[in-house]
Amino acid sequence: MKIELDQDVCVGSGNCVVAAPDVFDQRDDDGIAFLIEENPSAERESAVKEAEAMCPALAIRVHKK
Amino acid sequence: MTGEVSAGEASAGDAAAKKVVIVGAGPAGIAAADALRAAGHAGEILIFGEERHTPYDRPPLSKQILAGTWLPEKAQLRTSEELAAADVTLHLSARVASVDVDAHQVTLESGEQVAYDALILASGVTARQLPFGHHLDGVHVMRTLDDALALQTNLETAQHLAVIGAGFLGAEVAAVARSLGKEVTMIDPLELPMQNVVGDEVGSMIADLHRHHGVNLELGHGVTSIEDNLGRATGVTLDDGRTVSADAILVAVGARPAVDWLQSSSVPLTVPKEPGAGGVRCDSSGRATDDVWAIGDVAAWWDPTQKRYVRVEHRQTANEHARSCARDILGLTPTPTMTVPYFWSDQYDIKLRSFGFPSRHAGFHVVEGALGDRKFVAVYTDESDRIVGIIGAGMFKAMNWWRQQVLDRQVLGEALLEKQGS
Repeated sequence: MKIELDQDVCVGSGNCVVAAPDVFDQRDDDGIAFLIEENPSAERESAVKEAEAMCPALAIRVHKK
Repeated sequence: MTGEVSAGEASAGDAAAKKVVIVGAGPAGIAAADALRAAGHAGEILIFGEERHTPYDRPPLSKQILAGTWLPEKAQLRTSEELAAADVTLHLSARVASVDVDAHQVTLESGEQVAYDALILASGVTARQLPFGHHLDGVHVMRTLDDALALQTNLETAQHLAVIGAGFLGAEVAAVARSLGKEVTMIDPLELPMQNVVGDEVGSMIADLHRHHGVNLELGHGVTSIEDNLGRATGVTLDDGRTVSADAILVAVGARPAVDWLQSSSVPLTVPKEPGAGGVRCDSSGRATDDVWAIGDVAAWWDPTQKRYVRVEHRQTANEHARSCARDILGLTPTPTMTVPYFWSDQYDIKLRSFGFPSRHAGFHVVEGALGDRKFVAVYTDESDRIVGIIGAGMFKAMNWWRQQVLDRQVLGEALLEKQGS
């Protein structure tokens, strides 16, 4: 699983951080999300899919390898 | 984990073969199609959108699109190829004129009839207009991509923009127009920008921010007419008789649910003055009537916590409605919603973020940082001191902690004690 995160469209909702805290984090000053783990293990899949679905800016795309 | 889905979960039952018709190709409609496929729906999905553009996201319209920092493609939600790959049939420039609930069919403006097994109403809202002036050149509203592009074109030559309405949309457009070097006047009958939602303290901060950036604020004033010369707008007359000259005017006085096409049907609507303000009246799963659901800006869902119908015009709510409704259509257990309403507003270098239901009438407490520094978290409380909403800027990690307190409807005193102890 590979995650693509478009920081340019991220609006800083933090939903991804809530859904998958060991994969996503966000900057404190502007809230823009960043990846802690670009290629998370398979057991993170449901959490990462949740983050993808809950992003209000559609900034997250999950690619199956 | 509850609510977890494996792909194909729904494919065994009859529900999976249902033909689903979605009216509205905005974020809510697209999210519903996504959610249906994600939950294993194998039947037909048809989306009807009245605009000519492939589905796009609206929040960037008053920000990056108007500013010209994004081309419209950047706001696109899905390409035609992506929709085709998901086996979703999208009809653009196709306005649905009416629905017959008993016959399970919708009729397009063209006269074509389309049958459905399940119908999702995601027709959104339309911009409210003033009773005058909208026929004039140079008078704009901001709801669609075409609206944003029209204002952008006008601002290429206009020198002075008047913004009528100092809500989020008006304030964002004012900020963008200043960044483009335009003279800007923002007018509102309330004393402060966005006052009904953010209250006096944050409203004052926003007013200062706009003054600092050179916006002329005419607060506490209504508008009585729009002046013109040979059909082109030249200014706005205020209720005290003064005229603000302007060669571009944005009317940003709110939106109303796009439900005119439903008036002839048996789909239940809330009355405009009720909670839920004129939207489609739904139960807490988004069901409006037999085999009809409503989602997004147009939908007033029953909120069991607040015991009233709530219609929320937030981008994120559209996603949550879509996911919940897709599962209900397929007869699956609903996914527990873990979030609260969320909105964001970018003005100049400030990124304002809000969770829950802040309001002018709630209690107000700055719990982190300071408003004057424009780095803060402010908490809004109800009459029993429970946290119902937060607004903040520049302190995102702290906001995530307070967002959980909104979810828990924590009492403020207890939250502060816990915060000290942590």
